[in-house]
Amino acid sequence: MAVETSTIAGAPHNPFEEVIATDPQPEIHPDVALVERAKAGDTAAFEQLVRQYERQIFRTAQHITQNREDAEDITQDVFFKAFQKLDQFQGNSKFSTWLVRIAVNESLMRLRKRKTSKTVSMDQDVETDEGSIPRDFAEWRPNPEQNYSQSELAEILRKTIAGLPPGFRTVFTLRDIENLSTEETAAALGLSVPAVKSRLLRARLQLRERLSRYFRQNNEASK
Amino acid sequence: MNCTEFLSKLTDYFDGQIDPALLTEVKAHLGTCHHCEVVVDTTRKTIDVYRGAVTYEFPEELSNRLRAAVMERCLASGKLPNIEVKASAKPAGQ
Repeated sequence: MAVETSTIAGAPHNPFEEVIATDPQPEIHPDVALVERAKAGDTAAFEQLVRQYERQIFRTAQHITQNREDAEDITQDVFFKAFQKLDQFQGNSKFSTWLVRIAVNESLMRLRKRKTSKTVSMDQDVETDEGSIPRDFAEWRPNPEQNYSQSELAEILRKTIAGLPPGFRTVFTLRDIENLSTEETAAALGLSVPAVKSRLLRARLQLRERLSRYFRQNNEASK
Repeated sequence: MNCTEFLSKLTDYFDGQIDPALLTEVKAHLGTCHHCEVVVDTTRKTIDVYRGAVTYEFPEELSNRLRAAVMERCLASGKLPNIEVKASAKPAGQ
């Protein structure tokens, strides 16, 4: 398997800069009207935007930082910074994507601060294929949702994603959980598109391998 | 196409960004390799289970608290032109 050699690290220089939509005739998103009202001083419109996206921003921050208190602080900071920089949002991208970019930037800064005693970058552990080569070929039957309660499943998923290197965890979160496009994910992380694809592949394969321990057919360890 | 070559195309295959000629090769490989078939199926389930699960709780109480704190900070910043900033308003957590 090809190993990604990118050394571009971490967050973009300006998380407020928008990724220009490539669609030649993009539809006008309902958020644009709310943003315009908020820019004109309508706090109820801004509060509506907070209400719409607070869950997504909190979830993104918690996935990246793996810390609930950090996620709470980051959620507040993201919306406050967005409010302050609202005039920089021109509607060239989705408002939610713009917020997620700010959230990623804040989350990565928080991760770096937390690990000041040991320099850690988004590139740590991503130059290796360790754990990304499939070894477990058991089928998953029944489906995970049928075999576990909602809370048991959530616990397994939390534990498993927490074990991924931050560089993989973040790409998987943006691309597969938050549904950002490859290009949006690349822009949010300051990575090239091939680097995002490479990390996404290895993140997916590592998660699959780790989850197989719980979900494989005839699994004795899970019960 | 061997298993290593197949794996290198897996992301493009999932994302539907693969050219038709290569897609034919990928499907031919999947038809003959049970291991890769399982990898595709379980990787797809990995993505689906994360998308579908509520991994982190976000209760109403937390939602209300965070939103109130955000709005308090925004109003205290006095940035909006038609908002009169209350003298007592302070950023959350101070």
